[in-house]
Parts: sequence; C-alpha cells; structure tokens
Amino acid sequence: MVELRAIYVLWLRDLIKFSRARERQIGSLAMPIMFLLFLGFGFSGANLPGIAHKVDYVKYLVPGIIGMNMLFGSMFSGISVLWDKEFGFLKEIMVAPVSRISIALGRIAGGATTSLVQGLLLFVISFFLGFSFVPAFSPLRIVLGVVLMVVFMALISLTFIALGLSFASNMRDAEGFELIINFVMFPLFFLSGAIAPITTLPPLVRILSYLNPLTYAVDGLRAALLGLSMFPLLFDLVLAVVFAVFMVSLAAFFFERSESV
Amino acid sequence: MPAIEVKDLVKKFKDALAVNGISFTVETGGCFGLLGPNGAGKTTTINILATLLKPTSGYAAVAGFDVTKYRNEVRSNIGIVFQEPALDSKLTGKENLEFHAMMYGIDPATRNRRIANLLDLVELTEKANVLVQNYSGGMKRRLEIARGLIHKPKVLFLDEPTLGLDSQTRRLIWEYVKKLNKENDVTIILTTHYMEEADYLCDRIAIIDRGKIVALDTPGNLKAALGANASLEDVFIKYTGKTIRNIEEREKIW
Repeated sequence: MVELRAIYVLWLRDLIKFSRARERQIGSLAMPIMFLLFLGFGFSGANLPGIAHKVDYVKYLVPGIIGMNMLFGSMFSGISVLWDKEFGFLKEIMVAPVSRISIALGRIAGGATTSLVQGLLLFVISFFLGFSFVPAFSPLRIVLGVVLMVVFMALISLTFIALGLSFASNMRDAEGFELIINFVMFPLFFLSGAIAPITTLPPLVRILSYLNPLTYAVDGLRAALLGLSMFPLLFDLVLAVVFAVFMVSLAAFFFERSESV
Repeated sequence: MPAIEVKDLVKKFKDALAVNGISFTVETGGCFGLLGPNGAGKTTTINILATLLKPTSGYAAVAGFDVTKYRNEVRSNIGIVFQEPALDSKLTGKENLEFHAMMYGIDPATRNRRIANLLDLVELTEKANVLVQNYSGGMKRRLEIARGLIHKPKVLFLDEPTLGLDSQTRRLIWEYVKKLNKENDVTIILTTHYMEEADYLCDRIAIIDRGKIVALDTPGNLKAALGANASLEDVFIKYTGKTIRNIEEREKIW
C-alpha cells in the first residue's frame, strides 16, 4: 500500500531543508567544477585513445562529470537516512500510520529532486567552462538531447539514492560512511567511463565496468549531449531503467526489513 | 475495553531477555507508570506497544488493536514522546508540527487550528518559526509533547518526559499531562526515574526489574504496604534492591 500524502510530505521536507542548506548547494558543485577545470583544461590538448578526435576533451568530460555529480549527490541523500537515525527523527517517521514503502519512496522522490536540481545547475555552469553543443545539432536535436539528459539524470538519481538507502538500511550508524565513499562511490565513478573511455581498461576490470549501472547512464548522457556513444542509445536507456527498477525494489525490501532490530 | 492489554509479553534480543513475560492492563483514561532501574525493559515495552519492535512472543493490544496485526490502526491511535529527542532540528517548530499532522492525514484547516492551539498550550507560539536547532532542551520537550497530541491520540506514551529539565518546566509538563489525562480522557503510559513524578501523576504503577513486573498497584497501596511514612522511593528500593545496573545498549531502533 502506497500513501501519496506520506511521499509528498517527505519530499517537501527534503526540499525545504535543501533550500536552507546553502553550504550543501555550494559544496556539492565545487568538486565537479574542479574536475571540469583541472581535468578538462589539463588534458584539453591530449589525445586519449578511444575518444573520437573531433571531440574536445572538455566536451567529452561534461556528461561524465554530470553523471558523477548525480552519483555522489544521490548516494549521499540515500545514506542521509542514517542522520535521521542518529538524531532520532526516524522513529517519529516510523511510528506514523504510513507504510514503509511510502517512506522509502518519499525519501527517494525528495533526494531525486534535489540532486536533479544540482545536476541541471552544473549543466548550465558547464557552458562557461567550455561546453557547447555540436554545431551540426539542429534546435530540435538540442531539445531532444536535453530531455534525454534529464531522463538519464533522473535514472542515475533513482538508482543511487536507492543504493544509498539500501546501505543505510543495513548499517547501524554513520561509522561505515567513509568505507562506502572509498569502496563504493569512487570505484563506481572511475569504472563508469566518466573521465576516460572504458575500452582501454584491462579486460577483467572492464567486466566490472559492464556491471556498473553508471556506465550505461554516462554513455547515454554522451549520446544525448554529444551524439557520441559506445552503445546504442536505446540499449543504454533500457539498461538504465532496469537498474533503476532493480535498485528501488532492493531499497524498498531492505528498508521494510530493517524496521525491527 | 481497556486502552492497553499486555499478556505474557516476551522480547528477546540476541543474547538477552529484555522483557520476560509481563502482563498488565490499563483502563481507558488511566495514567499508568512504568518504573524500573536502567535496563529493566521499560523502553522496550513501550517500543513494542508503539509498533517499533516486534515481540518475540505474547500478546499486546493498544486501543483494542493487536500491535503485531493492526500496526497502522495502533499508530493512528497513539502519540509518543521518545526518551531522546526525535525532532528535525533543521525545520522550525511549526514545520515539525505540520510535518507530523500531514503524515497523519489531518486536513489543512484542522491542522492549522490544532497547531495554533497546541503551540499556545506549550507556550511556544512566539518561537514557532525558529529552527529547532536553536531551541533549549525544555522547549524541545514541550514541542514534542505538542506534536504527540496533534492527531488526538487515545493513548499517549511518555518515555521519561522530564529527563534533564529544570523544575519550572517539569512542573509545567506535569500540569499538561494531568490536564490531558483528567479532562481529555487521554490514557497515559509514563516511564520515569523520578519517583515524585510517578507519585503525582499515575493512578497505577508497575515496578519492573530484569524484564519482569515485581510490583503492581496504586501508589497509595504500594506505600501503605511498607509502613506509615514510606515514600515511593522506599518502595522502589525494596523491590529492586540497591545494586547499580551496568547495562549495555542492546536495542537500537530505527
């Protein structure tokens, strides 16, 4: 049973809190901007194997960094349930007469909205850091590209908030947070092809890349924004949807189960 | 129909019996005190009654609903003030109340009216739009009590509601609780370490130790059984002994 009012209230709470957290808004954009500046300009003249020569590295990098920003923002917001636990507020949510699944969905909706806002902001900023659409793109193609970008961003967000929520549901407190950043988030990011093509990775490592949901989303973002991708766009889209559905179900399962000690 | 019915309730954690076969009933409109040393099983009992924990065995019903089978019905009928603060400190006091009212499906007009009344009752109207992170301990407690009442619960759980508060705030809270209990017929379950609090508020008291109820009666009878000038503290020490309990935090609810 899903109660829309509970989803709405939790979503609203996330939005109110996000709008007040100035530090969070700025902080979350600082890292991707630095990546774009230092990697983008640092390697601007380099010829990386696997990238078509006609594409500037900065342009190649922008979809990847948008993916990274969505990954980090989403994982953090999924794990933020642990802070509710720490401050006791989770108990208040858990004694309310609403189903666990509504609570999980409410958190996912809230987190997805805030990280989508951040991702779009980064997209706008990237134009000042050297990004532009391919000149051959028609206005219609640009609009289509942006719509597809938003779809992929939303899918990344759902997938990784759900992953964060799954971790949080299986953790007692925020102690293991560093472990997740270093052993889950960074590998997901590096293996996704966000900063360099995965085609040059050793075959064994490449298998990990193929298992990484972010790989397809980043590839899809590149297809949408640059018309350049490893896999067909539809293939990326289908896989990203499959991963999102799977992760959200997993999160709902873990969250439901975690209610008793 | 009793407000609360508990029968042979058992809760086992990995290595320990937190609640070991307790039974009691609380009539509608009663104020029931659960006293006991640290780790006696008071909070565990409340958490089971509030549907946050599943009992290992036994039966418990709140407002006529079995706590394991009709969780949402139980949840709609109870209010709870937790031992540790459970507010969102990044929201204002009023937003915390609104959040709660919306979760309980109260319509906007009723919501606004009740929130205004309750803020008035707990004397927080002026601080309604201040972020909770700037509240003092006493203000937070009063806000939590207000929150526990928004949806007009039939049963209110107060888990050490005046812990760490100054005497003025404690008195104020006692008066609210008494008024709620007497005038509005809200059934109250209270845990506390302050004997005078239990003596003042409760019409029946259970002393619980190592997961078992060791005494259950009115405060008057409990004291009278010990002698003419006995205090509730004397009664408590008689039943639970003088040994200090070293307990580990076994249960972590979320």
